[in-house]
Amino acid sequence: MKRRSVLTLLGSMSLLACSRTPVAFKGIDITGATYASDFHLRGHDGKEYSLASFKGKYLLIFFGFTQCPDVCPTALSRAVHIRKLLADKAEQLQVIFITIDPERDTPELLAQYMKAFDPGFLGLYGDMKQTQEVAADFKVFYQKVPSGSSYTMDHTAITYVFDAQGKIRLALKHEQTAEQCAADLRALMAA
Amino acid sequence: MNKINKIMMAVAASVLAISAQAQVTVSDAWVRATVAQQKATGAFMQLKSAKDVRLLEVRSPVAGVAEIHKMEMADNMMKMRAVDSIDLPAGKVVELKPGAYHIMLMDLKAQVKDGDVVPVTLVVEGKDKKRETIEVKAIAKPLNQATQH
Repeated sequence: MKRRSVLTLLGSMSLLACSRTPVAFKGIDITGATYASDFHLRGHDGKEYSLASFKGKYLLIFFGFTQCPDVCPTALSRAVHIRKLLADKAEQLQVIFITIDPERDTPELLAQYMKAFDPGFLGLYGDMKQTQEVAADFKVFYQKVPSGSSYTMDHTAITYVFDAQGKIRLALKHEQTAEQCAADLRALMAA
Repeated sequence: MNKINKIMMAVAASVLAISAQAQVTVSDAWVRATVAQQKATGAFMQLKSAKDVRLLEVRSPVAGVAEIHKMEMADNMMKMRAVDSIDLPAGKVVELKPGAYHIMLMDLKAQVKDGDVVPVTLVVEGKDKKRETIEVKAIAKPLNQATQH
């Protein structure tokens, strides 16, 4: 009897949990997070941008560097694929790449790099201090690692999703497929 | 007898040469294309060796520096490190692919354009310490080409 009541309790608790989270995202739901509240950076087009510049758009924000052979182009190709999968909803999505290597990622290089993926993608950069501040505010870690005569960067490979009200909502893992990311975005757009 | 010995040695030598040449087969070699001012990119391929060997060294005329790198993801943090070598166990396909190993091409001498053929030299070493050089032609694929994801 006692066991049954415990089971009933557990059952109703799980029901409660289900009703509270109607959308099961593949990404990490970080709705309500107090970090990543804004940024002030310059775009590869020379214009200044903050979160308010994108009001009404959903945002995919990824931090990386253009000399990256693997993770960054993979994440940006995935963003290209996500936009294709979103079809008529793609117009609601702005893809943003924030460089963590402003020493080498000049506005010209960022412009070329973004265009190689999608002319609609926006590359943002700041000076060293601004870059450190925005990365810290977004809980993005990065560090220079000497390699050969040059250097590479270790960095957080999360893609953040902001909703049309400029609120942070999801953290998409690098391992998530384009299909999973697009499904998360569709669910967010439909909510 | 002497003559037969010579023939035997010649046969043995030629068999050795064939096995040495066929020791490592490379397939699907590709390089990610770059934009004009980009100074680094990655090369990827599948390697299969008939014998246990190690990939020791990589070179390419398009890059001032070429290294074997391993990418690792821990707690959503991406790290890339140069490694000394990659083991190629006999008969096993080892993939250099995004998310795992790649050949890091740095100090690029020119832009790598979509469709370019990029020569890459691999140096492998067997357990007998004998080294073999493999010439690979990697095709440049566009930056935005969707990968395995």
